[in-house]
Amino acid sequence: MESLETRDMLLNIGPSHPAMHGIVRIIAKLDGEVIRDAQVEIGYLHRGFEKMSETVSYNGVIPYTDRLNYVSPLINNMGYCMAVEKLLGLTAPERCQYIRVIMSEISRITDHLTCVGASAMELGAFTVFLYMIKAREYLWELVEAATGARLTISYCRVGGVKADLPPGFAEKTHKALAETRNVLKEVDKLLTRNRIFVDRMKGTGKISQEDAISYGITGPFLRGSGVNYDVRKASPYAVYDRLQFEVPLGTVGDNLDRYYVRMEEMEQSMRIIEQCLREIPGGPVLVDPESGRPISAAEMVDKGKMGRINEIAGKTAVTDPTLQGTGETARDTIGVAEKRVFLPPKEDTYGNIEGLMNHFKLVMFGHGIRPPKGEVYFPVEGANGELGFYVVSDGSDRAYRVRVRPPCFTIMGALPKLLVGEMIADMVPTFGSVNMIGGEMDR
Amino acid sequence: MLAAHAWRGDETVTVRPESLLEAARLLKEDPEFQMNFLMDLSAVDYQAFGKTLQGQGAHANTGIAIRQPMNVPTDEPWPGPATTARFEVVYHFFSLPLKRRIRLKVPVEESKPEVDSLVPLWAAANWFEREVWDMYGIRFRGHPDLKRILMYPEFEGHPLRKDYPVNKRQPLIGPVN
Repeated sequence: MESLETRDMLLNIGPSHPAMHGIVRIIAKLDGEVIRDAQVEIGYLHRGFEKMSETVSYNGVIPYTDRLNYVSPLINNMGYCMAVEKLLGLTAPERCQYIRVIMSEISRITDHLTCVGASAMELGAFTVFLYMIKAREYLWELVEAATGARLTISYCRVGGVKADLPPGFAEKTHKALAETRNVLKEVDKLLTRNRIFVDRMKGTGKISQEDAISYGITGPFLRGSGVNYDVRKASPYAVYDRLQFEVPLGTVGDNLDRYYVRMEEMEQSMRIIEQCLREIPGGPVLVDPESGRPISAAEMVDKGKMGRINEIAGKTAVTDPTLQGTGETARDTIGVAEKRVFLPPKEDTYGNIEGLMNHFKLVMFGHGIRPPKGEVYFPVEGANGELGFYVVSDGSDRAYRVRVRPPCFTIMGALPKLLVGEMIADMVPTFGSVNMIGGEMDR
Repeated sequence: MLAAHAWRGDETVTVRPESLLEAARLLKEDPEFQMNFLMDLSAVDYQAFGKTLQGQGAHANTGIAIRQPMNVPTDEPWPGPATTARFEVVYHFFSLPLKRRIRLKVPVEESKPEVDSLVPLWAAANWFEREVWDMYGIRFRGHPDLKRILMYPEFEGHPLRKDYPVNKRQPLIGPVN
């Protein structure tokens, strides 16, 4: 019998495709429905982050870092600020460290919610997507309450954070976490034993431990293969060494394992947030002996004017941490007492000449933070894996080199390996579990 | 080996380009190091190092004194790049069994911007090296597919070099509809 002629087919997926979370192009060579070869083309979202960082002051880079991973911007903020702090040889105060940990864990949950929700949606589970976006909304309201923005937050400062947590933040957080837990329970019911979902996820996109390590994959993707590596445990930063949490691990390294790891990591992140809220040190608050209410900063000023110093000496007043900034008295709990680094509160900038001078000495061209000459590398655990900042300083007010080690860059580098030999339909869950974030990968 | 330091706790070793492969293999296979992760690979262009300090910008003729960099007295100063070569390729390794990091640096001369590729040792080097080629124009000997990764193939020049102007625009070449 005469055999039919077969030809490989080239299928161009992307750059703009509904199943692509960002802008990326995959050129797949197909034999029937099986992917024989795949080429991944990135760079569609290249904005020159690293070049731009060399032209602005150290504080000016912070807004750029928001746009790296736009699903969990707080972790990027924190990573960059801690890298510059390491360069300066500074350590942020304890309360600030706790605030940073709380905010970055909230971001981690929002990131995982987006990733799991979006990849479930691509497999047809649209309900899950809506539920998870609902949970994300509760968490983003928390972020909004603390930072004043939802996405472009610029909350961290070199040496501290912009403002203290708003009043009632702990209660709000507990409420939001309860809602998130409910959603996760519902999603768990919808997905974990869902035949369609499990069949699509199980056994697809497999990667072995050795391969994952060789490709430099980190984060939930690596832990799905069973490698116990988490920056929070391996080289603890901030206050992670004091917190109790577990690192969930997969066994096989397929998409289903990565789904399990992400679901469990959200639970662990909530555990971390609850511990932090319990343990976060507060400043001493002056309480009015008659009414039992905390005394505001304005009242403290009045007392000071009347010479009643002994009532207020060494105490921290309750201030209004709105968008106006935080009162000066709470400053030393959320930022370093180093005027050459940490921006003054907005009340001071607008209210008195010293604050205004301090502000301009930090933001004016040629007057920013001046770290000594040197180079540092600082890794934090981003939502996708190790997010490292390599900063080189030549002693001027602008960073000489800012290099970001983007976690999903290495995972995308391994994508051809994950795809080759699988069906074209399996590309969708595999690519979903990569959680590619264009802003971070292309910079 | 050319130099070594541990400024701010980051252990750093600078080696000659010809001994890079040997050093990397030692780091990967020696039981004392066991660096199984190639965490990061990038480069730095030292052409303008220290030259941006003063004398530039709006403040230059105002007579305002520029503050000295913050000095932390207990710390020894950073020794700086080991050679006068224009580029340095920077490798960050991590050892999962020992939970230890090390930074390896290789000076690269402008006249011969070429170093050995680490793709045979770590698959992660593939894309990282493509990015360094794209951004700095440093070639990697033995790389299987050295082409641009973030920029498009028709792009001219290497944007992260210090002599590439930050406001330079090039036409975007793409399919014409």
